Amino acid sequence: MPITTTKSAFWAGVRDGAPFILVAGPFAMLFGVLATEAGLNVFEVMTFSLAVIAGAAQFTALQVMQNEAPTVVVILSALAVNLRVAMYSAALTPYLGRAPLWQRVFAAYLLVDQSYALSHAKFEAVPELTVPQRMAYYFGTCLLVMIFWFGMSYVGAAVGTQLPQDLPLDFALPIAFLSMVAPMVRTLPHLIAATVAVIVGLLAVSVPYSLGLILAGAAGMMAGAQAELQLKGRTP
Amino acid sequence: MTDNATLWIVIISLGVGSFLLRFTFLGFVGDRPLPEWLLRHLRYTAVAILPALVAPLVVFSGEGGSTDMTRVLAAVATLSVGMWTRNVFAAIGAGAVTLFVLVYAL
Repeated sequence: MPITTTKSAFWAGVRDGAPFILVAGPFAMLFGVLATEAGLNVFEVMTFSLAVIAGAAQFTALQVMQNEAPTVVVILSALAVNLRVAMYSAALTPYLGRAPLWQRVFAAYLLVDQSYALSHAKFEAVPELTVPQRMAYYFGTCLLVMIFWFGMSYVGAAVGTQLPQDLPLDFALPIAFLSMVAPMVRTLPHLIAATVAVIVGLLAVSVPYSLGLILAGAAGMMAGAQAELQLKGRTP
Repeated sequence: MTDNATLWIVIISLGVGSFLLRFTFLGFVGDRPLPEWLLRHLRYTAVAILPALVAPLVVFSGEGGSTDMTRVLAAVATLSVGMWTRNVFAAIGAGAVTLFVLVYAL
C-alpha cells in the first residue's frame, strides 16, 4: 500500500516494525532476569532500560560491573558497544535533519537497530516521502518495539527472583553476546576485527581496571579498518 | 555486586551518553558528511568490542579461572549456528541446548 498521508506513513511503520518485537522482547526479558540476578531491583532495571534502550550496551555494563571494574571503564565499554548508533544517526541525518528540533530529540532517543534499519531502507526506496511522512514512519517503527522492550524488561525483572537456583545463568550473557555478534560478521574485515579483538582481549585479560577490553576493542577496530582499506586497494 | 551510588552513576551516564551518541549527528552535525576514516573505524566497533568481552568469559569459564569445556562447546555452537544461519534465535537455541545437555545429561 503506497504511503499517501502522514497517518498512513505512521501505520506502515508500525506494521513493518511488528516482527521485531520477537527480537526486542526476549532480549529485554533476559536483561531483566540477569540484572535481577546481579542484585538490581525492579525500579533500577526499569530505569536502566528506559534510559539506555540498547540491549548490547546494557548487557556489557552489567558484565563489566560484575568484573569489579572501575565505574569509568564500565561506562566507556558500554558506550563503545553503542558507538554504532552514532553511525545510524549520521546515516539518517540527510533524511530527517530538516525536521523540527523537538522531533529530532525524540527520534534520537528512540534510535535503535530496528528503527534505523527499517527507516533507512524505506527512505532510500521511496525518496518522494516528505519529511513529516518520514518522521511518522520512523516513530511508527518504534511503537511496538518500545512497548515490548519496556514491558518485557519488567517481566524479566519480576520473574528473575523466582527462577530455580541451579540454572547455568552465568553463561546466558556470553551466549546472548555471541548470538548478537555472529550475524554481524559479514565480511573478511569483520572477521579480522573480531579475531584480533579476541586475541588482544585474552592476552590483556590481566591488565588492571579491565582496560584490556578497551585496548582489545581499539585493536580490533583498527585491524578491521586496515583490512578494509587493503582489500579495497586490491580490487578497485 | 557494586553499591547503589555506583549503579546510579552508571545508569545516568549511560543514559546521557547514549542519547548524545544518537543525537550528535541528527541534532548538531546536520547534513555535513563525516570523514571516511572515522566511518571506517565505527563500522567495526561492535564486532570488535563484543568478542573481546566474551572471549575471557568463555576461555576462563571454569572455577578459579580454569577452562570449562561445556561452556566452550556451548559458545562454539552459538557462534557456528549464528554465522551459518544469521539468525539470533537459532544461535541462542543452539548454545542453550548444548549447555543444558552437557550440564545435566552428562
